[in-house]
Amino acid sequence: MSGPLNSILAVLIWPGLIGGALVGWLLLWIQRKAIARGQGRRGPPFYQPFFDFVKLTGKEVVVPKNANRIAFYSLPVISLVAVTGAVTLLPFPGSPLQSFGGDLILMLFLLEVPLFINILAGHISHSLYAEVGASREAMVSFSFNLPFLAAVLTIPLQVGSFQLTNLADAPLTPVYALVALVFVLVLPAMLQMNPFSLPNAEQEIIEGPHMEYGGPLLALFHLSRALRLVALTGLFAILFMPRIRDPFLTAAGYLVVMIAVAGLLSVIAVATARSNIHRAFRFYWITGTFIAAVAIIVAVLG
Amino acid sequence: MQIVKSLHQWSRRKSPWIFFLNTGSCNGCDIELAPCLSPRYDIEQLGMLHTGSPKHADILLVTGPVCLPHIKPLLDIYDQIPHPKVVVAVGSCPASGDVFAGSPSVAAPLDRFIPVDVYVPGCPPRPQTIITGLCRASEILSEKSLQEERS
Repeated sequence: MSGPLNSILAVLIWPGLIGGALVGWLLLWIQRKAIARGQGRRGPPFYQPFFDFVKLTGKEVVVPKNANRIAFYSLPVISLVAVTGAVTLLPFPGSPLQSFGGDLILMLFLLEVPLFINILAGHISHSLYAEVGASREAMVSFSFNLPFLAAVLTIPLQVGSFQLTNLADAPLTPVYALVALVFVLVLPAMLQMNPFSLPNAEQEIIEGPHMEYGGPLLALFHLSRALRLVALTGLFAILFMPRIRDPFLTAAGYLVVMIAVAGLLSVIAVATARSNIHRAFRFYWITGTFIAAVAIIVAVLG
Repeated sequence: MQIVKSLHQWSRRKSPWIFFLNTGSCNGCDIELAPCLSPRYDIEQLGMLHTGSPKHADILLVTGPVCLPHIKPLLDIYDQIPHPKVVVAVGSCPASGDVFAGSPSVAAPLDRFIPVDVYVPGCPPRPQTIITGLCRASEILSEKSLQEERS
């Protein structure tokens, strides 16, 4: 098979848009179900994220009068394209795409794009709640990115490569435990879940940056959030799961790790109340960065 | 195209999102709405979600006898909900004005202002009745289509 055809297959089917969406909807359902069970409710049936998506695509788009129409329509598409790229780079078994040097850096960049899109989406929709959500999104992304990037870049420092397949093959060392700890601490803020669900705090500022979006555009935002969940939990699985020779066992292991991380996030979300921005900063810049710094020192010395 | 249409209809029945609007209700109906979200009745198992923004909603759930200051916000919020949409009037107040009927500060019934699809009777209605009304509303929602609504 030729190179471009492989890339198109990887982007559209596996592990890109369609495969990523199916896994993402599964993880989203597990999160919603776990949160509901934690609150003593029944929770939605397993097909719920899929029907939510299809229903939203069949609705009208209402554009605010003073919003820029081109920006309003293009932002969700850019967000989805960036996150699809991030999911495509995951070296899952069966991926037709060749891993290349530096794809970890490209993936980290693509995972940041939806944050900027959310900030822009909040500002261009000219709603008070959306703008508050956008400014909170900006501040929270400042707080968690320092420990997150410091911790994740410790692993290439130790392995000596920025290529995801090399990182997946590398043997586990004590540094990985520290990095995994920071990764899990940062995930609630990255995915806007409790205790750091500040940008989309539903009781305070309704839906945050996506407040004015409806119909197919909101569906694209929800899909890009699902794909982002896949990309982040998939990155966690690739970095921290021990290497297995068999491709089927590897795929099953990745799926189990991703479900476990998504479930752990729900448990954290259901057990905590919403924090505030000052506490998020203090937590990530002191606790998170301290652990990340210890990981870097251990990686450099060891 | 027929497949897409029936898939949309099916998904509308399975995932109606609800926006609550209180037009000067005595809070009796609103207290009965809260248990619908709680562990005992949990409408999320029917795919229903309580949304905070009318832009995300499919069902507009109105309580109260439409007091005069609420007419403009009511029409505004109704227009903000994207098509296709359904209106559910909860309690006797939006249907008839109930004990407030004839008062100079009340503009009930609700269907003078917006088309109402489902009336849920009661003062206040029990949560089970409200959920039955919401299920009926989601069936009506699945029969509506975007093209017909716009024209």
